[in-house]
Amino acid sequence: MKEGVRGIFLHGFMSFAAVCVTVACLLIIGSFSCLIYNVNILVEELNQTNEILVYIDSELPDAEAKSVGTQINQIPNVQKAVFVSREEALKEFIADHENDQAFSGVEASDLRHRFVVTLADNSLIEETVAALEKIVGVAKINAAYELAKGFSTMQNILHIASLAVISVLLVVSLLIISNTVKLAMYDRKDEISIMKMVGATNGFIRLPFVVEGFALGMLGAALAFGLEWLMYDALVARISAVDTLKLFSLVPFTDLLLPMIAVFTFAGLFVGVVGSWTSIRKFMDV
Amino acid sequence: MIEFSDVTKSYSVGTQALRGVNLQIEDGEFAFLIGPSGSGKSTIIKLITGELKPTSGTVHVNGYSLERIRKREVPYLRRTVGVVFQDFRLIDTKTVYENVAFAMRVIGAREREIRDRVPYVLELVGLENKSRRHPNELSGGEQQRLAIARALVNNPSTIIADEPTGNLDPARSLEIMSLLQEINNLGTTILVVTHENDLVERFRKRVIVLNDGVVVSDGLDGYYRYENQ
Repeated sequence: MKEGVRGIFLHGFMSFAAVCVTVACLLIIGSFSCLIYNVNILVEELNQTNEILVYIDSELPDAEAKSVGTQINQIPNVQKAVFVSREEALKEFIADHENDQAFSGVEASDLRHRFVVTLADNSLIEETVAALEKIVGVAKINAAYELAKGFSTMQNILHIASLAVISVLLVVSLLIISNTVKLAMYDRKDEISIMKMVGATNGFIRLPFVVEGFALGMLGAALAFGLEWLMYDALVARISAVDTLKLFSLVPFTDLLLPMIAVFTFAGLFVGVVGSWTSIRKFMDV
Repeated sequence: MIEFSDVTKSYSVGTQALRGVNLQIEDGEFAFLIGPSGSGKSTIIKLITGELKPTSGTVHVNGYSLERIRKREVPYLRRTVGVVFQDFRLIDTKTVYENVAFAMRVIGAREREIRDRVPYVLELVGLENKSRRHPNELSGGEQQRLAIARALVNNPSTIIADEPTGNLDPARSLEIMSLLQEINNLGTTILVVTHENDLVERFRKRVIVLNDGVVVSDGLDGYYRYENQ
């Protein structure tokens, strides 16, 4: 253990460079993780508020119009269907346009009864609309296909892009840590050959270098975590200060604490331990 | 005990380093291994320390069969064989005491054992008053004695000295050989690889002569016959 920690100071510049690169990579990895987390929450919220309006044939009597709701609720992807009578719809319409004199003559009979349908899964919107259209008494459906699809596509693209970026950065960090440990091993190759000569086991020889890699990885992870927290809080403050950006309110970092600790710890451990372990192998055949 | 039975060793480049070597060194024996460059001396050392495996034949060293030894057993074989090199291979950043203690520490010895054993070994090689010095503050002879102390500290049953006097003047060479003789008297098997005939003749021990991968003579009489050819 002592040897591992000593190694960090012995190769000061390389250790510093390795920690810096690890911090930079983990910061980007952390930022993408925060972004994914926020987008997932945003999409989830949008999913919940994304509604389809199902207009009922105006010829149907009120009672029959209401009963269409039973069939709508039987469609698997329908989370809920709320009946809005033409009178309620008019009230909402007037409330939305109360200052507009042009709509002052509109009457309830000009409007249709309708159901406000919330979907369980927005990606199945087309299938759900097709099922709704088959119901007798449904006259028209207003569904924001493009918006729903847009959210879904954006989420998918973001997931794939983040995964790619995270993988590349993990490999970069891994190579940097690996090179630092290789340098440390090269510097101590005579010592290693003596250790092997007097009968030290491979595990014993590896341990200080794995400890060194682990310490570098965890140090990088801790620094990156702190920086990420500061930067994230600054971004949240900046967004909440700008009125036009308030729509994109970010989840507070304290809500992300556990997943972020998990991401940084895993990434730090992974690059530190795997990076050093792989670099040691070639030096073991002494 | 070291036992080679019909051992051959070929390298991937096609060189045949050993051709049917048979030799046996009993526990507690003192033997010289001599031969010109390229005769296979280094290959024999590497086979004994488990750095190489024989191409054919069998090699037994202190109870280990080298032709079928597992990788994870090699460190334990090496604990039974101390090696001393011509270039000493000391760690310059460690003191005399630490160089010796290091050899114990890396095999997991306890600090108390280290504190007991290292001064004893340093006294045995005559470096008890220089334990706080660094290797670069020692003479060549002292550095070699330190290397012997390190080889000896884990109490191996065999010590292999590869050209131990190659970097030393005749007086220091004699000192080192006398030290090895003393260690042998304590029961440790000693195999000295050398090309210094005057030392061989002075110490009058068993001499194994290797030439072109073959044992051409084994024993002091055979050595003199070989030398007179």
